[in-house]
Amino acid sequence: MAIVVKRPKLKWWEQLYLPGILKGLGITLRHFFATLRGKTKVTMQYPEEKWNDHLPEHYRGAPALVTDEQDRERCVACQLCEFICPPRAITIKPEEIPSEDKWAKVEKRPREFDIDMIRCIYCGLCEEVCPEQAIFLRKDYSITGTSRAEMVHHKKKLYEIGGQRVGLVNKWNELK
Amino acid sequence: MSDEGKPAVEMVDVQIDGEWHSFPKGTRMIEACRIAGKEVPHYCYHPKLSSPGNCRMCLVEMGMPPRTAPGQDPPEKDESGHLPISWMPRPVIACANTVAPNMGIRTESDLTHACRQGVMELLLINHPLDCPICDQAGECRLQEFSVEHGNGDSRFRDNKVKKPKNVDVGPRVRLDDERCIMCSRCIRFTDEIADDPVLGFTERGSYTTLTVHPGQQLANNYSLNTVDICPVGALTSNDFRFQMRVWFLKETNTIDTNCATGANITVYSRQNEIYRITPRQNNEVNSDWMPDSHRLNFHWINSEARLTAPLVRENGSFKEVSWPDAISTTAERLRAYDGGDVAVIVSARMTNEELLMAKRLIALLGTDQVAAVPRAGEADGYLVSADRNPNMNGVKLVLGMDDPAAKLDAIKSGLSGGSVKALIVLQENLIDDAGFTAEELGKADFVLSTYPMANPTADASDVALPGACWAEKSGTMINVTGRLQRLNRAVDGPGLTLEPWEIVRDLIQALGGGNGIYSADDLFKQLVAEYPEFEGFTLSKVGELGVPLIETGETIPLIEREKERIAKGIVVG
Repeated sequence: MAIVVKRPKLKWWEQLYLPGILKGLGITLRHFFATLRGKTKVTMQYPEEKWNDHLPEHYRGAPALVTDEQDRERCVACQLCEFICPPRAITIKPEEIPSEDKWAKVEKRPREFDIDMIRCIYCGLCEEVCPEQAIFLRKDYSITGTSRAEMVHHKKKLYEIGGQRVGLVNKWNELK
Repeated sequence: MSDEGKPAVEMVDVQIDGEWHSFPKGTRMIEACRIAGKEVPHYCYHPKLSSPGNCRMCLVEMGMPPRTAPGQDPPEKDESGHLPISWMPRPVIACANTVAPNMGIRTESDLTHACRQGVMELLLINHPLDCPICDQAGECRLQEFSVEHGNGDSRFRDNKVKKPKNVDVGPRVRLDDERCIMCSRCIRFTDEIADDPVLGFTERGSYTTLTVHPGQQLANNYSLNTVDICPVGALTSNDFRFQMRVWFLKETNTIDTNCATGANITVYSRQNEIYRITPRQNNEVNSDWMPDSHRLNFHWINSEARLTAPLVRENGSFKEVSWPDAISTTAERLRAYDGGDVAVIVSARMTNEELLMAKRLIALLGTDQVAAVPRAGEADGYLVSADRNPNMNGVKLVLGMDDPAAKLDAIKSGLSGGSVKALIVLQENLIDDAGFTAEELGKADFVLSTYPMANPTADASDVALPGACWAEKSGTMINVTGRLQRLNRAVDGPGLTLEPWEIVRDLIQALGGGNGIYSADDLFKQLVAEYPEFEGFTLSKVGELGVPLIETGETIPLIEREKERIAKGIVVG
């Protein structure tokens, strides 16, 4: 259904656009003098100065895997993130946790977990779909490498970025 | 199949969700609903097994015409000629009851939905919520019906019952008792179909546990079928366990080539790699089952030992060459020989289409020294045929040979005696499978072999070509009962692998016998044109389930037993 948008009716002096232009020039002039007096600073000295402190709480940077309080890798290789990933950046090869392992009751973990950061579009669907709270988008935004192979984050790198995360739902507790 | 000569089956009228349908007397209510297009959810019911009716998921509302008291007028029929239905206050299970005249079934009523919801809630009380790690996720009946009929929340606040997990019940099957919903399909399968009753329940109530009998193992050659029929992830295959989520897998309907039965199968692959094989229902060939030995015989397809490029021997060692080079070298070498000097070994693992191309090559070469390698094994009385070649009937029909193995010994002695100077081996490993020796092959001037794998015969050849294996080619084969079935390509061959018929086609072209065949479909059309047996068939007519082509007088024991059980009314079939 088409929606009719109401356009504001412009007064005759608004139709001239001159007051608007003068107003804009005024703002520019104000900033000009403020900069001269050192009141505002507009240039960030990147890369010496980073964005890190200025990023909002909801910022979506590089996806990473996390471990929990007990140092257990939370990912159980359900491959839902691989399934949901729109650019197919994630590749997982699952394996069975050997019976002598402390967390053998979890049964499954990723043997390989690769995220191709050339493909990743930072959409955050992997974090949203994860049933185990194992993958999170961190604030790392500057992902660089000198080759395509270097731009693939392997499991080790993903845990390095992710680190430990506490206070998550723990469904693999002692009662389980 | 025609019904002529059979006694006419009495038909009964049944009302399903307000519409009247007609079914043969004795039809199970659940099957009647299925035929009418109404799915009745179920766990324990399986058409090939007896119906214990223990999961209660298939409860439906049922009604019959009212019974009149003595002296009361019988109820009046409506304009469609049916009596009114008085609905029973309590539901019945649809899987173990048969239809009756003027019966009414409601699969969508409030009572039916309440029953399903109740059963789902009870089943989920102790079921673990480990779908992310469970292999069945994605093809789990419990998961599916939980979405359709579940509450979405559990009212159960107590701790779930603990049961054995990760139990080794057999060499190929792993059991997770917490996931088991006690449908008993596996118990009935091992008892009724595999004749190896090793599974059973112990304990009672919430603690009921599926287990193997003490001192026994689920080790028979049909054990993995229990994994297929398990509606949840309680029984999982050691081979496929945690390999890949099922929703990633591409399904290709094809046939098994490990024996002459030609069991209908589905190949599950992802990114050109086969992950598992499951049987596909064909009531004339393999019912719903297949042997483990055949099911698990696919790992070599992804192995390192595959031939990936044409190899030509130069000064004693092999050199990788392109296809045109390999074909022209071969043709050049072959031109030097008279027809009588050349022998051709075909394989009964080749499709009819490939055999037709081989026949063309044989005619072009003008040789009559042709043989196929037999593979005899022991029949197991179920699905495994004594003939371990998938298409020996095809060799007999297409090449017109009564005993394809007859000339094998003559060719062997011809090699030693020097009368066979050039040998063409199509898709066979003569040294390992036919008792030839490397010395015998070495006596020939020129040996050409095609095979999927590196093997001693390829080692002893002058030209070794990578021919696609069964999963990488399409065509048709004729099974032990004379049924024509389709083989479909599931994955691409590694490297430069070509389908065998393409190799033979190129060779014929290089030898001067040009032809314009560019697809397997064209080849099938030529089969139809040349052989009266194939007359009237098209690939689409052969379809997913195949068609009877020739009479061989052979039967498949398991299918015969199933037909008996259907006739006795034990199973639906």
